Amino acid sequence: MEFKDYYQIMGVARDATQDEIKRAYRQLARKYHPDVSNDPAAEVRFKELGEANAVLKDLEKRAAYDQLGSNWKAGQDFRPPPDWNAGFEFSGDGSQGADAGDFSDFFESLYGRGFTGGGRARPDFHARGEDHHAKVMIDLEDAYNGATRVITLRTPEVDAHGRVAMRSHKLNVTIPRGVRAGQHIRLAGQGAPGIGQGKAGDLYLEVGFNPHAHFRVEQRDVYLDLPLAPWEAALGATVTVPTPGAAVDLKIPPNSTAGGKLRLKGRGIPGTTPGDFYVVLQIALPAAESESERAFYAAMADQFKSFKPRTRLGA
Amino acid sequence: MENDKMLPQPSAIILEEQTGLTLTEVCQACAVRVEYIVELVDEGVLNPLGREPHRWRFTGTHLRRATVALRLQRDLGVNLAGAALALQLLDEVEALQARLLAMGRN
Repeated sequence: MEFKDYYQIMGVARDATQDEIKRAYRQLARKYHPDVSNDPAAEVRFKELGEANAVLKDLEKRAAYDQLGSNWKAGQDFRPPPDWNAGFEFSGDGSQGADAGDFSDFFESLYGRGFTGGGRARPDFHARGEDHHAKVMIDLEDAYNGATRVITLRTPEVDAHGRVAMRSHKLNVTIPRGVRAGQHIRLAGQGAPGIGQGKAGDLYLEVGFNPHAHFRVEQRDVYLDLPLAPWEAALGATVTVPTPGAAVDLKIPPNSTAGGKLRLKGRGIPGTTPGDFYVVLQIALPAAESESERAFYAAMADQFKSFKPRTRLGA
Repeated sequence: MENDKMLPQPSAIILEEQTGLTLTEVCQACAVRVEYIVELVDEGVLNPLGREPHRWRFTGTHLRRATVALRLQRDLGVNLAGAALALQLLDEVEALQARLLAMGRN
């Protein structure tokens, strides 16, 4: 297993005082808390921090860890020396606070599972299993139509001999129609197993949308930039517009301008209050390349002598 | 080859879309005592429908806010007012980021 440099993780020197360790932990915990940080690696980082803090804040555990010596490098292959912790007595009831069940093999090889198991050995102890969290990326179309996704999860489980082993299992998850980015899908009973007769925890999947080439999403409304030819904008037209549901024939009123918005009510993300679909108009100009095309633009300038495109600028 | 249709298919609900949750249900879902949820309401972190606690009705969004407040307090050592402030600022950051994203695309 890999050696973990808890001092490096906390960003403190090996001779840091307990106060310095506490300060470093608080500062980094605020930065990497999964509810606060946007960093995709935040959750992993936060768990590492929790583990490092569990060791370094505890004088006995820290002293035992220091005894391993300072020659170890993070990531190096590690086996605990025999009787490495002789003479140290670890106190505490085994609870490590947040997410202790997720501590590394390295931690468990040093301090044993008794510290992470939260008293699994006691037959009369019951507790609800922890909730698990994961992220799932879906396409916007999936929110319109619903979808199923196969998700692979790795969970620690206790076998008949009381050993903890990582078991991976697959789930077929239904992505409900109408789900929006930032929402959470709750799968009851799919979190960590309970202790004793406690119920299993739940699994929460945070939903994100894969970026789309044409559509952008704001809450439950969906936007599309729609380029028009100048004559379509000026004279009005009926244009076929793609939406995540199906293509729609949209009537463009005469004298439409760039930036104008047309609303297709209820064609946003579906739900009890469905969102709206907005078409934002853009005007695409054909390039004047041939002689006759340039002549056409010149004739337009002649025709629209009173047209002042920059009146707003006072020019 | 494994047939994906044979995999367990747990029922999925959207957390934020739940409505009409009672105080007891919220406490059970967050695994906290009633007093804690009452404190969150008093602090203005949660604003359920209904006047008296036994008539309060919460939504899935409230449930989510309560769990985040709980985790912030547990993991960062902040008190209730601190967690409430953090939640409020997180809401503002999220709104600003959404606006930034919308403007960046235009």
